[in-house]
Amino acid sequence: MAQVAEHLDGTTAHDNHDAHDHHHKETFITKYIFSTDHKMIGKQFLITGIFMGLIGMVMSLLFRLQLAWPEQSFPILETLLGKWAPDGVMDPNIYLALVTIHGTIMVFFVLTAGLSGTFSNLLIPLQIGARDMASGFLNMVSYWLFFISSVIMVVSLFVEAGPAAAGWTVYPPLSALPQAMPGSGLGMTLWLISMTFFIAGSLIGSLNYIVTVLNLRTKGMSMTRLPLTIWAFFVTAILGVLSFPVLLSASLLLLFDRSMGTSFYLSDIFIGGQVLEHAGGSPVLFQHLFWFLGHPEVYIILLPALGITSEVISTNARKPIFGYRAMVGSILAIAFLSFIVWGHHMFVTGMNPFLGSVFTFTTLLIAIPSAVKAFNYITTLWKGNLQLTTGMLFSIALVSTFITGGLTGIVLGDSALDINVHDTYFVVAHFHIVMGLSAIFGLFAGVYHWFPKMFGRMMNKPLGYVHFWITFVCSYGVFFPMHFLGLAGLPRRYYANTAFPMFDNLVDINVLISFFAIAGGIAQVIFLFNFFYSMYRGKKAEQNPWRSNTLEWTTPVEHIHGNWPGELPTVHRWAYDYSKPGAEEDFVPQTVPLQPGEKATGH
Amino acid sequence: MIGLLTVVVVVLAILAIVQIVRVFELSSEVRKDDERENQLKANDYNGKLMLLFLVLMMGGFIWGTIAWWDIMLPKAGSEHGVKTDNLMALTMIVIIAVFMITQPLLFYFAYKYRGVTKNQKAEYIEHNNKLELIWTTIPAVVLAGIILYGLTTWIDIFSNEFDEEPIYVEVYSKQFGWNARLAGEDNKLGYANVRYIKGANIMGVDPDDINALDDRVVSELYLPVNKPVVFRFRSQDVIHSAYMPHFRLQMNCVPGTTTQFAFTPTVTTSEMRQDKGVMKRVDNINKLRMEAGEEDMYEFDYVLLCNKICGSAHYNMQMKIVVVEESEYNDWLKKQTTFAEAI
Ligand code: HEM
Ligand SMILES: [Cu+2]
Ligand SMILES: [Cu+2]
Repeated sequence: MAQVAEHLDGTTAHDNHDAHDHHHKETFITKYIFSTDHKMIGKQFLITGIFMGLIGMVMSLLFRLQLAWPEQSFPILETLLGKWAPDGVMDPNIYLALVTIHGTIMVFFVLTAGLSGTFSNLLIPLQIGARDMASGFLNMVSYWLFFISSVIMVVSLFVEAGPAAAGWTVYPPLSALPQAMPGSGLGMTLWLISMTFFIAGSLIGSLNYIVTVLNLRTKGMSMTRLPLTIWAFFVTAILGVLSFPVLLSASLLLLFDRSMGTSFYLSDIFIGGQVLEHAGGSPVLFQHLFWFLGHPEVYIILLPALGITSEVISTNARKPIFGYRAMVGSILAIAFLSFIVWGHHMFVTGMNPFLGSVFTFTTLLIAIPSAVKAFNYITTLWKGNLQLTTGMLFSIALVSTFITGGLTGIVLGDSALDINVHDTYFVVAHFHIVMGLSAIFGLFAGVYHWFPKMFGRMMNKPLGYVHFWITFVCSYGVFFPMHFLGLAGLPRRYYANTAFPMFDNLVDINVLISFFAIAGGIAQVIFLFNFFYSMYRGKKAEQNPWRSNTLEWTTPVEHIHGNWPGELPTVHRWAYDYSKPGAEEDFVPQTVPLQPGEKATGH
Repeated sequence: MIGLLTVVVVVLAILAIVQIVRVFELSSEVRKDDERENQLKANDYNGKLMLLFLVLMMGGFIWGTIAWWDIMLPKAGSEHGVKTDNLMALTMIVIIAVFMITQPLLFYFAYKYRGVTKNQKAEYIEHNNKLELIWTTIPAVVLAGIILYGLTTWIDIFSNEFDEEPIYVEVYSKQFGWNARLAGEDNKLGYANVRYIKGANIMGVDPDDINALDDRVVSELYLPVNKPVVFRFRSQDVIHSAYMPHFRLQMNCVPGTTTQFAFTPTVTTSEMRQDKGVMKRVDNINKLRMEAGEEDMYEFDYVLLCNKICGSAHYNMQMKIVVVEESEYNDWLKKQTTFAEAI
């Protein structure tokens, strides 16, 4: 294995093939920009993701201003939005554009690339005992495709008619016809091009992760000894490879409909005073293709967060993760089921009621493996010796939001109930809690936990705690009340609720939500500060600060190309021998051979 | 100038914070704080905060449910709506029960097992087949119940079996408004396609179809109570969604195809206005409107909202629906111009 890795390393990074011995001779460009080192690429994904996340968050605060104080004048809106907020009053078109780009950025750029990209890159080679990814070069390409796609997405904010505004789901015909809304002009074209780059990058990355996990595990690291993080990243990569190409096809067909006069999604349309030529297409076809990716996508977001949590909770509970096999089994079950439930987003598109029944059935089935995961997390805490580090707190918060959001999924997955809550704020509450919050908490848990591995320094603890508590409280404060808005019948993607007097009693709640949102937003400044401050000035990290079992903590604090100075480590046990009776310490790293008379855990 | 000042202030603020954090960290280094000792203290107060959070969360949940009970939709105005509401009530009871069990367990364990002493030890528990079997089986059984109940309701809603001949109504959407077309005396809707749109024929009805001649196009819809209605939905341009929350009814309007939803309204608009729950909501809304300086008062009406993003005025795309006794409906219908007259 080691030879394979070295060999690949040597051929792909040939311009610095002696990197092992004199990695300090790397130039700035090869070390920080066009790096082929997985640790550096992971950091690149993280910093790009944080930057995009900042944009997405500021956007959400802007439209929260509008939702709480509709059509009132805010100077900040005029400053930031210019002509789209004459006299500080937000224009309806830019409201929709902000919501759209906010959703797109959060889902794809932050929680797919920023989360999975960061931690798959950082942890896969380190935790399986490999010198780097199977192909460092493709790994670099993957990041740069993501970077280009981010640049295009940001550039699209500045086009004359505004960025894409048809919702992050870009349903045609709205997204296909520039006559339908200003955002469906150049802005939409750029959105589609950006996503094309994004998907290409994501596919290359995922293939790399899969190959690496399958081929480059060090001696003794059998699949059943893999830490749950790796299982999660591995299955996530498979999901991505199987589903993203479908979105790519869907986007390409949409591009054809937009610019070459084809009619995949368009038929019988009268707009802007004239009938269009298009005939025979089906807008619902796009939705099938979109959600064939879209649903697995929510697990592409969630599984890595769950993997991170498993690792962080087990380490900090000083206890093995409860039911390792059940955890792996439920990851696999969730992944499989996630491909046959996409129709639950389309119950009211006029689909055949029988088909609706099938999708209800498969959707509610997912609750079973999800419940197993939730119970296993809770039981891992039980009788533990909990070290409540910031990473641990975010992991516990994740379990809480995963449960809360998962439960409302039972309402939405039930076709008969979905009729009345579909596309209301109940949905906004559900997906933000189960996917948005859980995954963001997973991301934070990962950053706080592996920061010492990434930067060789510790993050500031008190600032971390302050950040956690404000964020956690505000998260529930923002999204929990939205359930009630949804049950009041309030549709999502409304610029203002003032056109319907029946919603006048929702003003207070909307103000409350916006206050929480603003406070939560400010708390992120604490995180940003802590992150960049600690990167340069934080306390120097020890080699294994959390007294953890996994292999990444056996590498030196100083990053070196190839990860381990000498030979690759050999693995003798699973990753979860915490507080094992008979052991001297409350952790036994995977590299420690079984003691005479020690019973191997059945893995 | 102000911009520059802001930048300067922000930079100075950041520098100040850097220094404060720096001093803080150095002083803890000088004090030679034991890292583990420190973590134990942090475990202690964060564990307690976890418990406090649990109390706040449960309190907030209960408070919100009580305080906001009356903003949620009032009773259903349709036959299937009542069934949906029952299903919803049962599902809610189940998920709230699970919420009320699992969240306290999670946060209580986080508090109870926080590491507070140096020699606290975790118990080594890998798995427990019996427990795992239990918490796989219980959700499976409960879900089986919910699935069965849900699917029966769903199939019931879309069964399209009527005791009497239903009324056919076409609901037509476009940026940014609604129209409805009633089938007229023959109770048959004439053929329509956007290619026929011309002048007064705003819905693109085929003028050569004899079924179309007695159709009536309206912009405010009356429906007779307790008669089955079949809605056929069409769209002229982009996807819209016809959402009638008080009927618990929603269906997308998709260009190039028609979709359908059959239902029976069971409560007239005036009965609904007399309903206690509705009155309470309306009074509250009017109080708030007065405080906000609104002139006209709100009165309950069934509404049709657009619930699929469709462009800049998506948020203001509505049609009033009035449910009346059958005789009143017939009077109203007679007054509407037929398609033949309109063109
Ligand atoms: C600062 C915290 C956040 C706030 C205050 C916030 C708020 C909102 C609001 C009010 C909407 C508009 C709902 C509508 O009109 O349909 C929205 C949409 C959305 N948000 Fe967030 N959000 C936040 C964070 C996130 C995160 C972390 C995610 C990641 C999953 C996310 C994903 C989305 C998506 C996918 C949409 C739908 C966009 C669309 O309708 O096209 N948001 N958000
Ligand atoms: Cu889904
Ligand atoms: Cu609409």
